[in-house]
Parts: sequence; structure tokens; C-alpha cells
Amino acid sequence: MELSDTVAVAQAQAGDSGAFRVLVERHSRNLFRLAFRMTGQQEDAEDVVQETFLRAYKQLAKFDGRASFGTWLYRIAANCSLDLIRARKRRNEQQEAAPEDARDETQSLPDAAPAPDRLALSSEVGRQVAAVLDGLSEMERTAFVLRHYEGMCIDEIGRALGVQPNAAKHSIFRAVQKLRRALEPLVSSAV
Amino acid sequence: MNHLSEEQLVLYYYGEDGSPDVAGHLAACEACRAQYAGLQRVLNVVDMAPVPERNANYGAQVWSRLQPRLGSRGRGWTGVLWWPARHWAAAAAVAVLMVTAFLAGRYYPHAQPVQQAANTGQVRERILLIAVGEHLERSQMVLVELMNAAPGHALDVSSERDRAADLVAENRLYRQTAARAGDVRVANMLDQLEPVLLEIARGPDRLTSGQLERLRQRIESGGIMFKVRVVGSAVRDREQKITVNQNSSSS
Repeated sequence: MELSDTVAVAQAQAGDSGAFRVLVERHSRNLFRLAFRMTGQQEDAEDVVQETFLRAYKQLAKFDGRASFGTWLYRIAANCSLDLIRARKRRNEQQEAAPEDARDETQSLPDAAPAPDRLALSSEVGRQVAAVLDGLSEMERTAFVLRHYEGMCIDEIGRALGVQPNAAKHSIFRAVQKLRRALEPLVSSAV
Repeated sequence: MNHLSEEQLVLYYYGEDGSPDVAGHLAACEACRAQYAGLQRVLNVVDMAPVPERNANYGAQVWSRLQPRLGSRGRGWTGVLWWPARHWAAAAAVAVLMVTAFLAGRYYPHAQPVQQAANTGQVRERILLIAVGEHLERSQMVLVELMNAAPGHALDVSSERDRAADLVAENRLYRQTAARAGDVRVANMLDQLEPVLLEIARGPDRLTSGQLERLRQRIESGGIMFKVRVVGSAVRDREQKITVNQNSSSS
């Protein structure tokens, strides 16, 4: 029988790095999936996974077991993703504000030509979905990703994001509305 | 007739509103059914946004990059860095002993004559209460996902099946220990939960709508979800009381 998360966490809290390794190996793929849904970039998602486990390691003593370990990790990963998205936005704004001749031509290319990750979204639908997700607010995107892709219930999402369930619910509604507006014509034409 | 709001349809899609009112209205109202079908089409399409796959060794790769960045933390971080596979069997045995000790400690408190032993016992009991609570929570999540799946459709349950397979082994351990310790309530509840978990674990990756419906009826008829929730809540309460006791005795 595999070591359960609870036992592994208790052992890791007592100083057993082998137990922490078990947790890392068990949750890495799920965290990568979440991070990619959140950031839309493979490299960013990899960074989020590393940063999430580093933060979890440092805060392990504070984990009290009220939520499952997976939910707790998801909360950290969602926050890491949001931090990264905010930093990326700030960088983009600074680049846009810079004088024309000071800009690195290659840095402005991603808007015109898709990055390698985006090229992976080969279908039109995939591109459209990614574009709409990119246009959602941080809260909308996070709540929607956790509900739709990760299957977390609204109460759990509220706990993971530190907001009331109603706030999480309305973020999901807004995200779904925006997705419908953008995708319905495409879906209808395909039917 | 008042039509369903978009919010109700979204909640229904995600299984957050499984009330018979919504299902009944959808069955009777063509306009709302069309709205719901449109919502389903869009949200099903959202699943088409691909995610790059990571192979089975990805976790090990993450660990190899992460491990050098982890500083020393407390005692023992160098002791059990790389556990060979055979040690997991020992870990499982330790888990069995911990569960037994937990329940024995609970039913025979006189077995701990000194305060230090009592404190150790409390810590162990708390850890194990968390484990039992988590087991029930995870079981409940599997059942909820099956109960909330859109009716009338085949369903990929490979994820639920894998999770149920893990839960069966844990369930058996807790049930046997509870029965030996005379905890009839917990043992009975786990006894009813086990065949359902087994049925999911041994079932196919994909359930037809008929198979899904039969499974749901079985879950519903036994009132298992309700029992899991009630016993889970009682276990959590006990764990919190121990935490409060520990905090007050240490301050």
C-alpha cells in the first residue's frame, strides 16, 4: 500500500525528506497541468511547479491538515501562477512604454507569431480557447481552471483562493459567459 | 413558466446543483434544454485546449531539480533521503501499527501510564484521525463526482477508478482495525463503503449511462454519502478537540 498523503506529510513535517520526495513525485504532474492551464506557457509552468514545492517546503510546518494536502498545494500553485502572470504583465507594460528604438524586435514577436507552446495548439478551437483564457481576469481564470479542468467544487475553490464561495462562483460565471460569447459562433458553425 | 437562469445551468453542468427541480425543468422545457445543450457544447469544446503531456518520470525530474535547492530543515533530513522500494512495505506496516495504536489508545486509555506517553499518544491519535478523515473525504469526492456526472451520457471514470483502488486498501485496514477495537459505527460505515469502492475499482474505464445509473442507485439506496459525511464530520471534530487540548496543555 502506498504511503498516504497524510502520513507522508506528517513524516515530512518531522524532518523526513524522503517523505517530501514522495509528495513531490506524486503531485508534480497535476501541478504542471494546473500551472500550464493558468500560465499558458510550458516554461512558466515548469517554474511554477518548482516554486510551488519550494514554498510548500518552507511552509510545511504551517500545514494543519484542515484541507487536503493536494488542495493546499493547489492554492500555493495558483498563487505562484498569479504572481508570475502579474510579473509578465508588468514586463510587457514596461516594454510597451519603452521608446520604439529601445525595444528588442524579437521581444515583440510573440503577439504576432505564436510561441512554441502556442504552436502546439494546432487547432483553431484550441487557439480560440487559449486566447479567451488569456483574456480572463486573474480571478476568473483561476476559478474557472480549478472548477473546469481540476474538478474542484466551488467551496474548495473559495478556500484555495481565500475568497468567499460566492465570489468564486461569480468568477466562474463570468468566465463561462466570456467563453460562450467567444466560442459559440465557432461551435455553432461546426455543428 | 420561469426559465432556468444561466447561473443555474452552469451550476447544473458542474454538478453543483443537482436538485430535481433543475433536472425536472430541463426535461420539460425545450427552450432551457436548448440553452443547456449550447452551454454543454461550448464547455466541452474548452476541453480541447491541449496541455503538453509529462511522462511518468516527471515527478522524479522535478525532485532532482528541487532537491539541491532545499535547505536543511530540522532533524533527520539526511537520514532517509532515498528510500528503496522495499521500505514502502515497512511504511505500510508502520501505518498498520499506528492505526492499531491509535484505536487501542482510544479505547484503552489506561495503557498510557505517564504524561509523556499520553502526549505522544495524543499526537499519534491526531495524525491518525486526520488520516481517517482524509480517507472519508477522498471517498466522498469519488462518490460525489459519480453522482454529479451529467445523466444520460457515458462517462470516463478512469481517474475515479484509480482513486477507488487506492481507497479500497485503506478502507479495509481502517475497517478491520475499527472492528477489532469495537467501534461498531465506524466499522459498519466502512463495511458498507467497501463494496461500492470495490465495484468502482474493478469496473471499466468508461461507464455506459446504464452502468452509471445503476451505480448511482446503489450509492443512493444505501445512503452511503450521508453516512460518510456524518462520520467524517465526527472524526474531524474529535481531531480538533485533541488539537485544542494539545494547544492548551502546551501553553
